[in-house]
Amino acid sequence: MEEAQSRTAQLNREPKRETLHPLLELTTMRVREFLREKEAVFWVFIFPVLMTFALGIAFRNTAPDKTFVAVEADANNPSVNEIANVLSHSPEISSSVLSQEEAAKALRSGKVSIVVKPHNDSYEYRFDPTRPESRTARLIVDDVLQRAKGRTDVASIAEQRITEPGARYVDFLVPGLIGMNLMGSGLWGLGFTIVIARSRKLLKRFAATPMRRSHYLLSFMLSRLAFLFLEVAAVVVFASLAFGFTVRGSWLTVSLITLLGGFTFSGIGLLVAARPQTIEGVSGLMNFIMLPMWLLSGTFFSSERFPQVFQPFIKALPLTALNTLLRAVMNEGAPLWSNWIQIAILLCWLLISFVVALKIFRWQ
Amino acid sequence: MIPCCSLEIDFRGGLLATSRVHVPTINSHRGGGHGGPPLQFRSMSIETSPIIQPISTAAQRVALRCSGLVKRFTDVTAVNGLDLEVFAGECFGLLGPNGAGKTTTVEILEGLTPADEGTVEVLGQHWSSAKDSTDGSHRRASDDRSLRERIGVQLQETQLAEKVTVVETLRLFRSFYKRGHAVDQVIQTVALEEKRNSRVGKLSGGQKQRLAVACALVSDPEILFLDEPTTGLDPQARLSLWDVVETFREGGGTVLLTTHYMEEAARLCDRVAIMDHGKIIALGTPLELIESLGADQIIEFRVTKELDEDALTSLPGVTNLHKRGEDYSLTVAEIGVALPALLAESKRQQSELVSLTTHQATLEDVFVSLTGRMLREG
Repeated sequence: MEEAQSRTAQLNREPKRETLHPLLELTTMRVREFLREKEAVFWVFIFPVLMTFALGIAFRNTAPDKTFVAVEADANNPSVNEIANVLSHSPEISSSVLSQEEAAKALRSGKVSIVVKPHNDSYEYRFDPTRPESRTARLIVDDVLQRAKGRTDVASIAEQRITEPGARYVDFLVPGLIGMNLMGSGLWGLGFTIVIARSRKLLKRFAATPMRRSHYLLSFMLSRLAFLFLEVAAVVVFASLAFGFTVRGSWLTVSLITLLGGFTFSGIGLLVAARPQTIEGVSGLMNFIMLPMWLLSGTFFSSERFPQVFQPFIKALPLTALNTLLRAVMNEGAPLWSNWIQIAILLCWLLISFVVALKIFRWQ
Repeated sequence: MIPCCSLEIDFRGGLLATSRVHVPTINSHRGGGHGGPPLQFRSMSIETSPIIQPISTAAQRVALRCSGLVKRFTDVTAVNGLDLEVFAGECFGLLGPNGAGKTTTVEILEGLTPADEGTVEVLGQHWSSAKDSTDGSHRRASDDRSLRERIGVQLQETQLAEKVTVVETLRLFRSFYKRGHAVDQVIQTVALEEKRNSRVGKLSGGQKQRLAVACALVSDPEILFLDEPTTGLDPQARLSLWDVVETFREGGGTVLLTTHYMEEAARLCDRVAIMDHGKIIALGTPLELIESLGADQIIEFRVTKELDEDALTSLPGVTNLHKRGEDYSLTVAEIGVALPALLAESKRQQSELVSLTTHQATLEDVFVSLTGRMLREG
C-alpha cells in the first residue's frame, strides 16, 4: 500500500473533489449530448409543432362546407335549370348541371355527394348510402325540393348552435400529438442512445469502472425530466397561439400526467434497448412497438372506432391510456383520479418494463 | 511468499520447459535443484538487458494471478488453460496474433467476462462473478466496485461519445472514482492540453487513444490494462502513447498490455508472454525469448528456382529454416559464415537470388519459429 501512495508524486493529488456526483455528471452528459445533436432537437421540439400546424390547418373548423349537388341534364326536360337554380338558393347547397356521364363521374370521384335527376313530376336521387356526406346531402336536397313544391313544417323548431373551443378537431388532436411525442422521444431517446453506447463498447467501458449501474440508467430518466415539460409546452403554446387551444384542467394535473407518461415510455425505451447490439435491431423493435400504437391508440381519430373485440387490447396500450388521460384533463378539465384505470395501466407498464429491463440489461 | 514464479510452457515440440522467468531472481534460482526438464531459455544477467529495470523486492508482490483459465464461446475456445502471474510494478505484455485470446484473457482479468474455469486474483481479490471462488466467500457487487476503484482499463474497441469534449469526458470518468487525479493533471500527462475543449469526434486516432488511456489513468490506478492501445496508429502517435505508459511505470504502476506489435512489446515490457490459440507458448523477457532462438540474425530471401531445403539447413552457421510460399527465412548464429555459404549454395543449385535481407532476430521471429506463422497473419 505504501508504494501505491508514494507514486502519486508523479501526478499530484487534487485537493478537493472537482466533479459532481456521478449521477449528476451522467445526467449532464446526457443533456449535453442531446442538445449538441441537432437532429434530435428537431425531432423532439420542432417536428411536433410542425405536425400540429399542418394537421390543424388541414382539419380546421370553418363554416360547414356546402353540399355539392349535380343535376343531370336532360334535353327533353326544360325544368332542369330551374331546379338547379332552386337548389342553389339554399345557403347549404352548391349545385351544377352536368351531363349524364359527367354527373356519374362526379359522384364516383366524390366531387358531388348526390345526383338529382328530375322526371316530369318526380325526382330521382342517386347517391351512395354508405357515405355520410351523401346521406346528409339527400336530406338537405330533399328538404329544399319538397319546400319548393309547397311542403311546410308542422312543428316549430328552435336552434342553438354550439362551436366553442374544446370540441374542435384541433382540440382533440393536440393531446394526441403530445402523447405520441412523449412516446417517440422516450423510446428513441433511450433506445437509440443506449444501443449506440453498447455497439461502441461504451457500456462495457462504463462497466469496468466503479460506476453504479443504476446511476447510468437513472441518468436517462433525469435527463428526460429536463426536456419532458419543454416538449409538452412547445406544442401547447404553439397550439394556443395558432388555434386558440386551451387547457381546461389544472396545470398540476397536466404536469403529473406528463411525468407519468414520460417515465412510462422511458421505461419501455429502456426495455427495448436492454438487449439489441445494433441500431438496425433496435430500430426494428421500436417500429414494431410504436406502429400499432400510432394507429390504434387514438392519436388522430378516436380509438372507439375499432371493433368492440379489440377494445380491451387497445385500452391496455400505454399510449391509449396516456391519450385518454391527456384529453380528459386538457379538453374536459377532469381531475387526475377520475381516470384511475388509465393511471394504473401506465404505472403497470412503467414498473414491469423497468424491472424487466434491469434484469435482462446487457452491458456488452 | 516465494519471490519468483515458475511456469510450464508447452512448446510446439511438446517439450515442457520449466522456466524461472522473473529476471532478477533467475540467477539465484538457476540450477537450484529442479528435477524437471532442462531450461529452455538461457538465463541472462540484468546487466546485458537495457530494457529490464531492477525491481525491488518489495515490488515482487503479485498484482495479477490467474491459473487454469478457460473460456469457451459457442464456436471457439478462446482461452484454453492459461496460467499467468504479473508482479506489481512490472509491465507485462501479452503478444500474439489476432484471435489468440488476448482480449478475452484481459477482459476476464478486468472482471468483465466470467471465466468458465480457473481462478483469477487481482490485487489479492477475486471478482464476484467468478464461478470458482477459492475461499468460498460470496463476494458482492460492492466488493467488485472497491476493486474497480484500483484498476484502470482501456478497452480495444471503445469509442467515446463524440459530441462531448475531452475535459467533459474525463470529468465524467473521474466522478465514478472516490480518489484519483485532477482532470487537468491527467490531460497534461497524455499531452492533450491543446485539445482540452475539443470534442472527441474532432480528435485524431492517436489523440482519441490517449484520451482513452487518460480515462483509465484518472483514478490513479494500481494496475493499468491496455488492450492493443496502439493498433492502427501511425508511428508518431504510437511513440507518444508509449511515453504515457512509461510515465505511468515511472510512478510505480503495474501494466498489463496486449499487442501484436513485437517492437512495442520489446520497448515497453519487462516480460512478455506469447499467446497462440488461447495458450501461452513462450514466456520471458524480450531478450530471453529472442535468445531462445539460439541465433541473433535472420536472413530472408527469394530465389528464382526452388532450393533444396536439406542443403540449406546443413549450411554452416544456420540453425533453422522456415519456408512460406516463395519466402525463405534462415535463422543463423553467425551471419559472416552463413551468408557466403548461402550465396555459394544458391549458385551451386543454379538458382538466382531475387531479394535478400538480414535483420536482428526479433520477437516476431520467435513467434514464427514457434508457430510457423507471422504475428499479423492472424
